[in-house]
Amino acid sequence: MPYFDHNATTPVHPEVAEIVARVLRDEFGNPSSVHRYGQRSKAILDDARSAVAALVGADPSEVVFTSGGTEADNFALRGVAEALEPTGRRHLIASGIEHEAVLNTIKALAKRGWKITLLPVNERALVAPDALRDAMTDDVAVVSVMHANNEVGTVQPISELAAIAHERGALFHTDAVQSTGKIRVNVRELDVNLLSLSAHKFNGPKGVGALYIRRGTRMIAHTTGGRHERSRRAGTENVAGIAGLGVAANLARTKMTGDAAAVGALRDRLERGILSAVSGTAVNGDPNSRVPNTTNISFEGVEAESLLIALDLDGFAVSTGSACSSGALEPSHVLRAMGLSAHRTQNSIRFSLGLGNTEAEADQLLAVLPRVVEKLRSLTRGSARRA
Amino acid sequence: MRIVIAMSGGVDSSVAAALLKEAGHEAIGLSMQLYDQRGEAGVSFGTCCTLDDLYDARRVARAIGIPHYIVNFEREFNEEVISDFVREYVAGRTPIPCVHCNSDLKFSTLLDRAEGFDAERVATGHYARVVRESDGRVRLLRGLDPAKDQSYFLFSLTQAQLVRAEFPVGELRKDEVREIARRLGLTVSEKKDSHEICFVPDNDYAAFVERHAPGQVAAGLITDREGHVLGRHEGTHRFTIGQRKGLGVSAAIPLYVVDIQPETKQVIVGPREALERADLTASRVNWISGVTPAEVIRADVQIRYRHHAAPATITPLGASRVRIDFVQPQQAITPGQATVFYCGDEVLGGGWID
Repeated sequence: MPYFDHNATTPVHPEVAEIVARVLRDEFGNPSSVHRYGQRSKAILDDARSAVAALVGADPSEVVFTSGGTEADNFALRGVAEALEPTGRRHLIASGIEHEAVLNTIKALAKRGWKITLLPVNERALVAPDALRDAMTDDVAVVSVMHANNEVGTVQPISELAAIAHERGALFHTDAVQSTGKIRVNVRELDVNLLSLSAHKFNGPKGVGALYIRRGTRMIAHTTGGRHERSRRAGTENVAGIAGLGVAANLARTKMTGDAAAVGALRDRLERGILSAVSGTAVNGDPNSRVPNTTNISFEGVEAESLLIALDLDGFAVSTGSACSSGALEPSHVLRAMGLSAHRTQNSIRFSLGLGNTEAEADQLLAVLPRVVEKLRSLTRGSARRA
Repeated sequence: MRIVIAMSGGVDSSVAAALLKEAGHEAIGLSMQLYDQRGEAGVSFGTCCTLDDLYDARRVARAIGIPHYIVNFEREFNEEVISDFVREYVAGRTPIPCVHCNSDLKFSTLLDRAEGFDAERVATGHYARVVRESDGRVRLLRGLDPAKDQSYFLFSLTQAQLVRAEFPVGELRKDEVREIARRLGLTVSEKKDSHEICFVPDNDYAAFVERHAPGQVAAGLITDREGHVLGRHEGTHRFTIGQRKGLGVSAAIPLYVVDIQPETKQVIVGPREALERADLTASRVNWISGVTPAEVIRADVQIRYRHHAAPATITPLGASRVRIDFVQPQQAITPGQATVFYCGDEVLGGGWID
C-alpha cells in the first residue's frame, strides 16, 4: 500500500532495525555503570552522539538525547525560560505555524506570566524578517521558529531570523524535526542556540530524538536525578533507541544529497500530475523554499477528511491538517495562519514522500485520484443543494 | 456489500458492526466526533461520543477486524442538533435532539460520506427494523425488543434514507445483543446504556442552554391558570410540561407545569387534571411511505419516547401538518416533542408537537 505520509513518520531503515534489535538483545548494560557491560553501552551512546553531532554540525557535547521532537521542544523552551526568568527577560516570540509541541508549550508559559508574541506568516507560510525585527524588544528571552513546516513544507530563513534575535541579546530555537534528514541542517550556518530533531522522521525509531544546546547556553535541567546527559536530562538512557538514532543520522548524513534529489523528483512528478489531472487544485506553501518531499494541495469542493478516508480504502496513505485528541481532523492552524479561506483549509491534503516511494506508486495514485475527487465533489454539491 | 456502520462505542452499534461482518459484508466503522474533545474550555461534555467511547469503538473495530475512522462532525452537530436544541428550549418547548441527530447527521451527512466511500448503506445500532418490499418501498417497524424499541427516534427518515438504512440489531433483544458481545469477547459487552441526552453534561439542561444562549433566557413569574402569581422562576427553559419538581411554590394540592408562555416568560401551573388533553396539532410531518393520506386515518399515536401508543384519529391539514384526536385524553402533551404514528409495529409517520 503506497505510503505518502512520511512527515507523520517514516519506515525504519533495515540497518536501523538491525542495530536496535541487536542492542536490545545483546547490550543490556547500564551506560552509567563502571564495569565493562556499562562501558559497552556507554560507547553506543557516544557513537550515536557523534553521529547526531556530525549530522547537524555540532560538537557531541552539545547533543542531549530526548524521547523525541516534542520533548526536545519542551526542554528547549521551558529550560531556557526557567533559567532566564530571574534576568527579567520574560518575553517569548514564535511563529504562528509552529507545531503544537511549541505552541502549547508557550501557551503554558503564558499562563505563568510570560509575554508571548506570535509572528504572522505570508500566504506561502514564510515569516518575514521585518516582522520579527518589529516584534523584538530587549526583554525577549528566546525566539522559536521552525526550520521546515510539517504541513506545507515551507523552509524559513532561519539564519536571517536568528541574527535579528541575537542583535537584541535573545536566544534562538528552531524545531528542525521536519528538515533534519531532508535538507542540510547545520547549527553553525543556521546560527541557532537550540535545535530539536526526531529520529522517526528520518527512518529512525519512534520515541527518541535530540536537542542541540549550544555550549554555554543557560538551561534548567529537564528532569532531575542522576548525572545523565551532563545532568540536563536525568534517567537511564534509551540505549537501543539512541543506537537506532545514531545509525539513522549516519545514513541521513552520507546519503541525503542523492536521496533528497530522487524524492524531490518524485514529489514534483506527483504534484505536476495532480495539478494537471484534477481541476480546481492548487499548491499550498512556498515552491521556492520547501523541503523536497512535501506537497500540500487544495482540492476545491472536497472535504479533505473524506478524501483521506476514500484514499485509504483505495490503498493510499496520505494526511491532512492535524488530528484532534480523538483522531478526528480539525482545520489546520497552519493553513489558517497563511490566510487561506475556511473552505480551503478543509480542502487540503498533504502528500509527503520518502525512501521507498516509486514512480509506479505515484502513477497509481494519479490513476485513481481524479475519479475519487469527482465522486466526492458530486456529493458535496448534493449536500449544498439540500441545505 | 460495502456498509458504513456508525459506531458510538456502545454495545448496540458494536454488535451491529460484528453482525455485518459475520454476514459477509465489507463493514467500515465510522465514529462521529461531535464536539471539541480537547477539554481546554473547562467544560465537560456528556455521555456519548466521548474520548472513552471513541476508544471503545476503535477497540471493537480492531477486535472484529474492520477499518475504523473518526470523522469530525462538530460543525454539523452544532448547526443541526445543538442550535436547534437550544432554540427550542428558549422558545418554551422541550426538544428531542436525537431525531435530528438521526435524520440530519447519521442518515444525511454520514450517508453522503458513505456514498463517497462507495458504501451502499449506512447501518446503526438502533432497535428498529426495515422491511424491503419488492416494489422498492421500505417500511419501518419497531424493534422486536419492546423495552428497547427506538423507532420513535427515526420517524423523520425519508424513503431515500430508509432504502440505504440498515439496523442489524433490530431483530434482537437487548440481552441477546449483550450475549453476542460476550460470545465475541467484545470489551463493551457490559457497558451500560446511555439514557440522557448525550451532549448535556450531568443531565443539566438548564445550565447547557444558559451557556449556549446567554442573554436569551430571563426570569419570570409562576402563576396559576387564573393568573395569580405563585412564585418566580429563573427562566422558562428550566421547565417542561408535566414537571412537578423544582417549582418552588407550595400549595395544598400537587401542582404541575401545564403551560409555558415564552413571550411573557410565564410558567403556568395547575392540578394534575389540567395536564389532560385529547387533541394536538403537529407540524413538519413526515410520512414514511412518502405519501400523505388523502383522508382521516386511525392509528396508535405516541407523544413521547416512553409513552404507550394510544388510539387516535389523524386528520391531515395540508401536506405537512396534522391534527390528532385521541380516543382517551393523554397526560402532558408537550410542545417540541415528537408524535409518532403506528399501525401495530409499523411506523406510519410522525411530526413535531406544536
